[in-house]
Order: sequence, then structure tokens, then C-alpha cells
Amino acid sequence: MNRWLILIPSALALLAIAHLGDFYINFASRILIAAIFALSLNLLVGYAGLMSLGHSAFFGVAGYCMAWLIVTRGWSPVAAIPAALLLTGIAAGLFGLLALRAKGIGFLMITLALGQMAWGLAMRWVSVTGGDNGIRGIARPTPFGVDLTTATAFYALVATVFSLVCLVLYWFTRSPFGASLRGTRDQPRRMSALGFDVTLIRWSAFVAAGCMAGLAGVLDVYFNRFIDPSVLSLQSSAEGLLMVIVGGVDVLLGPVVGAAAVLIFAQVASDYTEHWTAALGILFLVIVVLMPDGLVPGVRRLWTKLCTLQTAPGTLANQLLKRGKAR
Amino acid sequence: MSFWLLQTLNGLAFGGLLFLLSAGFSLIFGLMRIPNLAHGALFMLGAYVGAAALQVGAGFWGGALAAGLAAALVGGVMERYLLRRLGANENAQVLATIGVSFIVADAMVAIWGGDPRTIPAPDYLRATVELAGVSFPLYRLAVVAIACLVAALLWLAIDRTRIGAVLRAGVDDPQMVRGVGIPILRLFTLVFSFGAALAGVGGLLAGPILSAYPGLDIDMLPLALIVVIFGGIGSILGAVVASFFIGIVYTFTRVLVPDLSYVLLFVPMVIVLVVRPRGLFGRVAV
Amino acid sequence: MFFSFVKRAAVNTAIVAFAAGSVSAGAQTDPIRIGLLTIKTGPFAGPGQQMENGLRHLLKERNYTLAGRKVELFVADTAGQPAMARTKTQDLVERDKVQVLVGPLTSTEALAIDDYVRDVKVPLISSSNLAEDMTQRHPNPWMVRATGSTGQVVHPLGMYAATTLHYKRIATVASDFAFGQEAVAGFQRVFEDNGGQVVQKLWVPTAAADFSAYIAQIRKDVDAVFISFSGASSVAFVRQYNEYGLKGKVPLLAMHSVVDEGLLGGIGDDGIGIISGGIYSAAIDTPTNKNYVASYRKEFGVDPGFYATGGYVAGLFLEGALKSTNASVDDKEAFLKALRSTKLADSPRGPLTLDAYGNPVCNGYVRKTERKDGHMQNTVVKVFPDESQFWTYGPKQFLANPVYSRDFPPSRYLEN
Repeated sequence: MNRWLILIPSALALLAIAHLGDFYINFASRILIAAIFALSLNLLVGYAGLMSLGHSAFFGVAGYCMAWLIVTRGWSPVAAIPAALLLTGIAAGLFGLLALRAKGIGFLMITLALGQMAWGLAMRWVSVTGGDNGIRGIARPTPFGVDLTTATAFYALVATVFSLVCLVLYWFTRSPFGASLRGTRDQPRRMSALGFDVTLIRWSAFVAAGCMAGLAGVLDVYFNRFIDPSVLSLQSSAEGLLMVIVGGVDVLLGPVVGAAAVLIFAQVASDYTEHWTAALGILFLVIVVLMPDGLVPGVRRLWTKLCTLQTAPGTLANQLLKRGKAR
Repeated sequence: MSFWLLQTLNGLAFGGLLFLLSAGFSLIFGLMRIPNLAHGALFMLGAYVGAAALQVGAGFWGGALAAGLAAALVGGVMERYLLRRLGANENAQVLATIGVSFIVADAMVAIWGGDPRTIPAPDYLRATVELAGVSFPLYRLAVVAIACLVAALLWLAIDRTRIGAVLRAGVDDPQMVRGVGIPILRLFTLVFSFGAALAGVGGLLAGPILSAYPGLDIDMLPLALIVVIFGGIGSILGAVVASFFIGIVYTFTRVLVPDLSYVLLFVPMVIVLVVRPRGLFGRVAV
Repeated sequence: MFFSFVKRAAVNTAIVAFAAGSVSAGAQTDPIRIGLLTIKTGPFAGPGQQMENGLRHLLKERNYTLAGRKVELFVADTAGQPAMARTKTQDLVERDKVQVLVGPLTSTEALAIDDYVRDVKVPLISSSNLAEDMTQRHPNPWMVRATGSTGQVVHPLGMYAATTLHYKRIATVASDFAFGQEAVAGFQRVFEDNGGQVVQKLWVPTAAADFSAYIAQIRKDVDAVFISFSGASSVAFVRQYNEYGLKGKVPLLAMHSVVDEGLLGGIGDDGIGIISGGIYSAAIDTPTNKNYVASYRKEFGVDPGFYATGGYVAGLFLEGALKSTNASVDDKEAFLKALRSTKLADSPRGPLTLDAYGNPVCNGYVRKTERKDGHMQNTVVKVFPDESQFWTYGPKQFLANPVYSRDFPPSRYLEN
């Protein structure tokens, strides 16, 4: 059984907190949307070993496409989705072609540059994107006549999408493609010698990650009913990266924990101080120094340490732990 | 005619600013392979500290000194106690520099408030000169001159001194340098502090043109990246050429194709990364 | 500042010790909960802080008691991002259960929260933003303004430039977003209707800090240059304008945001001689204003400007409305009605009433920036009493046209 599948019923169970008020439900929606984005980025960072600082571009391309189609061209909110995802996929394909020519820091720099170009376009292509003003008045869809304007109803949609994304990723990590992707991260030369097309594998992952980020962008634009260039900014990409790293790379649960951790921390910190951005910076430094692999592996290690203190060798518990470590 | 001259001068002045911003970034990136994403914040720190020093009567060059020292201090501490601990973990280093930039940028607003701080140029540089029919601020010409001077001094230091030789060796082959017995970790801290100091001084020198304001760090960081990648990592010559080139291109595109100018700015960077990772004059690839 | 998800994930600063999780605030003795949307981080942190200061100054003067009932202030930082503004508005309404909203600072934020405010039916007193359509073609029944519309600020200036200063040819340089676009449009309309011509329009991206490229493009043969900037950009532009030798050669006409009292210190002597339009000046020569300025200066050490006074007057409106409903906010509709019919016989800005669209009818001012007794101020040179947002055109004619934007009024006289 996989710890993954805990996430799905958990997300749905959160619906039970409906009575706590719209604020918390909306906050939960925001966390799940951020989690989908972080999961998509982790596909690159954790699974492909490619750190990207331009991932928000896909989030934004999808969002702006939706906004433009719905508000300016009058498309229905539902019909716009496949168009937006298609456009995002094309953009990811193009970005990937360029970015994958470089490795390591070079890849980071190219993705940053491409992300900034997308942001610049959003800022200055005023006739389409509204420039600094953004686009507002985006209606939420009414699939099968269901009204999504309430917080709870919308959360149900987000939770459903999130669950599907989890299932897809679960399947993916167990699939041959997932294995070969991990192979290109750990041993690219060997993979190449074995006949795998490393670049094609990476590119496919890049496009898939881009589309997933686009999906998060679609949900986000429905949620806010508004979009402006800040969604494409370097800050936004950096935040996504921070969520992944805080949660733990190469761990399926990591990005979700990271997204929740970052958002909740920011919320709580801001209740106590005006300088919550500095507090956020300190948090990241703390994580980086004490748990550089992220929260999930770090906590798991702590947990394992605690357990081994209490178990004698040779017991069943110890066997389980050993299996757990060899994950 | 005067329009072209004026805009070219504008471009050169902006290029001078870019050089002061990017030189430090290039050195750090070249030697330590760390993209210091806190570099914009260090630039901003220099501007704010310098402005404060000016206010208490330190004089412009005193302010520049204060700016450089403050940035060097922050940079040095950051390198020695944070980045060094994170050694091989690239992810963690990027994260750490981002974290520091949050803290520094917020600290500036916390200490000095949200209003923009003006930084007056020194009195003797505050004139307007007439050059071939155009009026141009003397201070901006001075910035160009200072940038060239700093570039020359840096190049001399790197090319002609022992420490410069060590630095160049460290850029080319860090393992070998260690193997030969040179304490490369100390060199890292030194270079990082020095690069930070350059950014800080740059922030103060850019002050009379840009002012010190919240958000200055975010505005400047991508520009530093463009210059350094395009010019080549670890190369002072590359930083000089790229700075002035980008400065002029940016100025003219802002006039001729204003809506596309920001996007076009990144094109040289992308082309370099795809086609020629060394950049124009880099000694190593990105 | 690095954040957009994080910002949009609801960050709230409750400065007043929050009422221990109380959910219902219906009883007469419970304090009234006011939510202020302002900016505390990023490039607009300065004006944002001033707006908060202005509101707090009034509340302090009244001992945090309006119309006999205590009030509680919740302050939220939108960081100037529209998406964040939405998020924070939701926080204030859903989590803190505020009964009235004040703010936000910028027009783009106001536009972003417009439909949400209508949905949740919480009265909003705009203490800063001047976005035209919010009280014109798409008036929000739940919003009133304590400031004015962009046009109100700039129409008198256009008139003054054409008829008093006799300028004929003007170039405009403005920040390329809603506020700057409306400013240029409003100025152009009245200026051209009175015989002037706008011969050049330059649009500057909001992120720009170096204006050399734009200043260099300004035509040499214009009578004056109209500019619209806010915050750091204002200071930088004015200084660079002088550095390029244009001060004294080509006069500057400005939007109030350029020479706001919060910036005058930074602008210094470079600003002397700028003629600006505004709905307030710290130099207005009435006893009410003089007292206000003196007490504000005493508390904060600087003169109050547009943003501070916006916050202050919003507080005055709130007080006026509460007096009419006997401090009750339970009946939302009644409270809204009281708010919309509030008249202020006297305020630091002069007398204020609200028109049918929730926008003030008030004094418009043309000011001249100068140094008096060693102190920078915007001396009032002309007053336009009873100015409405429709100028002399009347609502029907005004609203028949599209909203002010980059494209309206159309530029008929641009020269290349």
C-alpha cells in the first residue's frame, strides 16, 4: 500500500471542515492548487533532476489563455480548458527544446530567462493581456449545471482534480517511463549507452510537467476570477521551487507538504509580524541548514531514529524499518 | 542626430550601472559556480546603507565605502556560515541565497521605511553638460568613467596579481587548486565578500540615477543574470562588453519597440545558453 | 519581495488584539469591525502606510469611538498585488467578519475586488484609488469614495493649462497602467476642449526606474509636459528631468501623485515650479485644515498628503454614516444608504457631498509647488468649487462616452 493514497481521502475529508467557514475552505483550495503546481515542478526537480526557475510561465500561459478566451472571445469556461492546456503544452515543448540543450545551472538560467520573457510579454502585450491591469471578470464554469461560486463547491472541484493528479503521479512513478526518467537523473550516460534517448525522455517529462502546471493555472484563474502578470513572475517560480525543496525533492508527498507548510507558515507569521517575508526567509534558511533534503525525508529520518532507539535488532519492526529505508 | 547621440549616451550610462552590478556576480558565479540570487538584494543593501551614511554626513565616497563594507559583511557571513555548510547541494545553495534575499530586502524596509530614498550625487558632479547639441547629466558620464576604471582595476588585479592567478586557477580547475594546497575555502569567502562589496558600491553609485526603493532588488537581479551569462562567467572583459552592449540595446529597444524591449533583453542570454555556453568571453561554460 | 502564491495564500496582519474569535458582532455593544486594505510591502509601502496613518489619526482623535460605539481596526497588507487584494478582502470578510471595508490603495486592486464586494455586500469606502468606472459606468452600489475620480483631479489642471497658462502644445509622459492612462485621458479631454493639443504621448512601464530613454524622446517644441507617476518613480523622474536640462525650459504639469506631500522631501528643490492638479493640499488655507495638518505633523513628523487624507476622510464618512444610523450596522442596506447620503460640511479638503454614483462633489485644486519658510508645499493657486466627476459635461453626456483609457479620448493631434 502506498502512503500516497492517504492524500486523496484526506483532501476529500477536509470537506468536513465546511462548517468552519468559507475562509478555511478557500485556504484549503489555495493549498491544493499550489500543491498541484509544486507536484508538477517536482516532476522536473525531483524525478528528472532538472531545477527550473521558470515553471510559473506554464501556470501563467494557461491562465491567460483561459482569461482571454473567456472574457475577450466569449468562450465558455469549460471549452477554454483544452485550448489552454494545448497552448501550454506547445509552450512547454518549445521551452523544453531550448532549455534541454543545457545542463545543471545552465538549465536553471535558461528556464529563468524564458520565464522572464513570458512575464515581459504578459506585462507589455497590453491588447491581449491587459498589461499591468490584468484581466478580470472570469466566470467559473458550471459543469453539468453545478454552481461553483460557493467556496465548498469549488473546493470539491479542486479536491477532485487534485486526487486525479495524485493518481496519475502514483501510476507514473510506478511505470517504466517513471523508472527511465529516474534513470536519466541518476545515470544519464549509462541510460544513453543502453539505448534510451535521454533528451526525449527529459523533454517528455518537461512537457508533462508544463501541462500539469497549466492545469493548476486553470484552477487558479477560476478561483480568483482574475489574472495579472504576477502569476508569471520570478517570485512565483521561486516560490514553487521553495515549496518543492521545503517539502523534499524526489518524494511524492514532499511538494504537497511543502505547499501547505509554506502557505500556512506565511499565514501564521503574518499574524504576528509585519516582517513575515523576512520570517519566511529565515524559515527557508532553517530548513536548508537543518533538513536540506526537505521536510518529508527529514522527518522520516527523525522518525526512523526514534524508532531504532526503541527496537531490538531482528524484530519485525526492525525488518519493516529496513525495508522502509531501502525505499 | 542628437537623438541618436543622446540615446547612445543613455545606453552607455545604463551599461556602466550594469557593470557595477554584475562584476561581482560574475566573479562569484565563475569561481564558486553559485548563482548568487541575493545579489540584487546586496545591491539594494548598498544603496540603502550608502543613503543612510550620506544622511549622517559621510560624504559620497564615504557612503560608497560604507555601502561596500556593509554588503561585504553580509556576503561574507552568508558564504562562510551558510553556503559553505551546504557544499555540494546546489539546490540548497540556491534556496539559501533566495532566503537571504528575502531577509535583506525586508530588513531594508523595516529599517528605512517604504518611501523611496533619494541619493544625491556629489555636488561637483551634479551639473548638466552640453555635448554636441545635447544636454546630458554629468553624473551619468561619471558612472561610465567609474565603471571603466573599476573594470580596469579588476582586470589588472586578476591578471597581474598572485591572488588573481589563484582566482583564475580556481575558476578553471577547482580540484587542482585544492590539490596544490591552496586554501580554496578561504578564497571562496574572500571572493564572495569582494563580489558582494562590488554590488553594494554599485548600489550606492547607481543611487543618484535609480534611488533606493523597495523592489530594487527584484528589478536588478535578472539584468545581472543576462549580463553575466551573455558576457561569460568569470570574465571581467565579458562583463564589460556585455554590460555596455545590453545597456545600449535595452535603451534603443525601449525607444523603438517599447512593448517588446524587456522580452528582447533575454534573447542574447537564451542564445548564449543554447548555442555557446561560454558566452562571449567566458573561460568556462555555464 | 518574492511571492505571489504566498501572498495570495492569505496574509493578514491584525494589529489590534483581535476579539477572541468572536463570530457574531451584531450586538450594539460589540465594537464595529473595520477592515483596512492597504499596502505595507513593496514599492507602494510608503503611500500605504500613510493611508493607514490617516485613518488611525482620525480614530485616535475620536478615541476609537465613532457615534458612541467602539471600533476595531483590522489591517491587511495587499502588497499592491490585485490577486492578493482579493485574497485579503476575503480574509477580512470571511475570517475577521468586518462590517465595513476601507481602501484599497490602487485602482487595479479596486477593480480586482469589485465583483467580490458586490457578492458579499459589505460596504466599501474607497480611501485612495480613483478608478473612474467604479463610480461611472459600472458603479458598485456597495462602494462610496472618500477621494474622487481620476478626472476630478486632472480636469481642473487641463482647464488651467489651456485658459490661464495659455499652453497650446503638450506632451504627456505617464506610467502605463490604469491610473496613468486615466490621468492622461482626463487631462487631454479638458485641455483639448479648451483649445489645446496633445502632440505626443509617451508611456512608461510601471517597473521603470531609469527614465533617460523617455526623457530623451520628449519633443523640444512643446509648451509643457504633463506627467503622471507615483511613489519612487515620481522622485526619480523629476530629478532626471532636471538633470537632462529640461527644468526651466519646459514646464511640468503633474498629477497630484507626483508631488504628494510624502514625496516632497525627497524631490526637494527639483520640484519647485511644478503645477499640479489635486483634490487636497496640506497648504489649503482653512482653519480645519490647518488644525488637521498641525496635529498630523505632530504625530507623524511629516505633512499629510493625498493618501493620509484619503484615510482620514474615509473615517469622517464612516463617522457621519454611523451618526445617522445611531451606530448600527446590522441593517446593511440602511447603513449603506446612510453612507451614501452622508454630507461633510467641513473637512480638511473642504465641504463634501456624494453624488448619485457614490463619488464626492468637492473642491478641485490647482497647486504650485514651492518652498515657503524652508518648507516644501503645494500652494493652492486656484480652487474649483463643487466639482463633480463629470466636470461640466453632466452625467448623461459624460457616460455616453467610453471610459478614459489609452484609447479614449482618441489622440487626434499626435505628431511624429
